[in-house]
Amino acid sequence: MRLINRQPSPPVKLLLGILPFVILFFVYVGASQQRLAENPNDKLLPDLTKMSTAMERLALEPSKRTGEYLFWQDTGSSLQRLALGVGISALMGLIIGLVNGAIPVVRANLSPLITAISLVPPMAILPILFIIFGLGEVSKVVLIIIGIAPFIMRDMQARTLEIPSEEIIKAQTLTANSWQIVIRVLLPQILPRLLDTVRLSLGAAWIFLIAAEAIASTDGLGYRIFLVRRYLSMDVILPYVLWITLLAFFIDWGLRIISQRMFPWYHSQKH
Amino acid sequence: MSYIQVNNLWKEFGQTPVLERINADIEQGAFVTLVGTSGCGKSTFLNMLLGITQPSRGEITLEDQPLKAEPDGERGIVFQRYSVFPHLNVRQNILIALEFSASPFLARLFGQAKNEALRKVDEIIERVGLSHAATRYPHELSGGMRQRLAIAQALIARPKVLLLDEPFGALDPGIRKDMHQLVKELWQQEKLTVFMVTHDLQEAFLLGTRLWVFDKVRHDPDDASVYGSRITYDLDLSTPQSAANADEFSGEIEQTIAQPVNTLPSS
Ligand SMILES: Nc1ncnc2c1ncn2[C@@H]1O[C@H](COP(=O)(O)OP(=O)(O)OP(=O)(O)O)[C@@H](O)[C@H]1O
Ligand SMILES: [Mg+2]
Repeated sequence: MRLINRQPSPPVKLLLGILPFVILFFVYVGASQQRLAENPNDKLLPDLTKMSTAMERLALEPSKRTGEYLFWQDTGSSLQRLALGVGISALMGLIIGLVNGAIPVVRANLSPLITAISLVPPMAILPILFIIFGLGEVSKVVLIIIGIAPFIMRDMQARTLEIPSEEIIKAQTLTANSWQIVIRVLLPQILPRLLDTVRLSLGAAWIFLIAAEAIASTDGLGYRIFLVRRYLSMDVILPYVLWITLLAFFIDWGLRIISQRMFPWYHSQKH
Repeated sequence: MSYIQVNNLWKEFGQTPVLERINADIEQGAFVTLVGTSGCGKSTFLNMLLGITQPSRGEITLEDQPLKAEPDGERGIVFQRYSVFPHLNVRQNILIALEFSASPFLARLFGQAKNEALRKVDEIIERVGLSHAATRYPHELSGGMRQRLAIAQALIARPKVLLLDEPFGALDPGIRKDMHQLVKELWQQEKLTVFMVTHDLQEAFLLGTRLWVFDKVRHDPDDASVYGSRITYDLDLSTPQSAANADEFSGEIEQTIAQPVNTLPSS
């Protein structure tokens, strides 16, 4: 049988999927042992015990200075900023993208502006944000919004325009007015697509979040990583990176499940 | 005056004429079937009736009023595809038509009003034979069932004119027969005026009370796109006698339809 037709059975598929992770793990452990054998004070590749002690200190013991559990405080702050930034962007993207896609006059008016804004590199205007909004929470959330909202708006506009014109013509022959078409024909069909787009933009949202936290913050996952970098604390950095990856994975997975639950017609259409 | 009048209708896309000098009177309750080779302008004509394409010259009147320049409730449409809303199940797809007309702002009905509307919905679902599938979504329906739904949806809005653009073009022959029966029944019961585009001449003869063939009358030997199509046959099929007379043209028409529009011989 040709290679392209050979399907792995479910257990084999699972095993094949896990294998690279296991290999990576052992390569790390091996390399770490080797370096530590040469120099017990090596900081670059800490072993598992070192990492777990460091994490225990951050996650299970209150900080001596503030009395907070730093790991959980970092996680909470970062997630709050991410949720605000992504949530506001999604809402703006949905409304503006939908109106742009549905109403040619508005599209002619706003589309060029949104395209222009989306071309501005968000990191380049981060200083402006700090100057305008100060170093507090607002500028971090605004950076995420500037980073991903134009993308979501453009994508929502494109998705709205993708809806077959036959459906919109049909609605008009059923006496629908423009508003009715927007809320009953376009909006419900755009919502599952919005979740798709948000999932795609989460990667960028994390980048902007960590960048903003690295530059000006007093807590947050990105802040902690950049803070301990000065002491070469790989035993903190590596678990934090792993944790961020896990969070990203679960957020993505959660959004996918929500979408499947709420919009079954959308997912079975795509096969 | 006749019910629908087409007065010296021309349509050009840019420099290219597609239809030229179309004149016709259509009486109420007619079932007009439109045939012609691919690209001859059948859909363009139907779209002008629907209001999504505007004539370059001339006009169409319905009950002596010029047609509105956008689709409205007077003209129902069933396309070959994408006629129903994928995010609504069968019942909701039909209910939404009633909700559009009854609830301008929310486009939703509640309580008693909704129950009454649903009674009408279930009645029409029964008439088109979809009762067993009332809660299914369009992607869970076969092609024939989807077109039944599209027809039910168009009918519940009580249009004066029903436009069908190759509604059964994608269906199996067996299912087409059922659909012919359904459309014929509904047309008689609702006293509708119907325009139906089809590629199937048999279907056109079977369903129509009047058959139109679109074809080019004038030909430029160098460039086929210089002239537009006109109605070259306008056959009365309303009585068995006239239908039998019309039948003798079916051979010629079959040839016209089979010809690709760009390689027509010059006359
Ligand atoms: N919006 C448009 N802009 C430019 N040309 C168009 C447009 N719509 C249709 N045409 C042209 O007009 C001609 C007639 O198109 P139309 O869709 O009416 O053909 P048709 O008879 O319905 O063909 P078919 O049987 O293949 O559906 C074609 O040559 C097509 O390319
Ligand atoms: Mg066509």
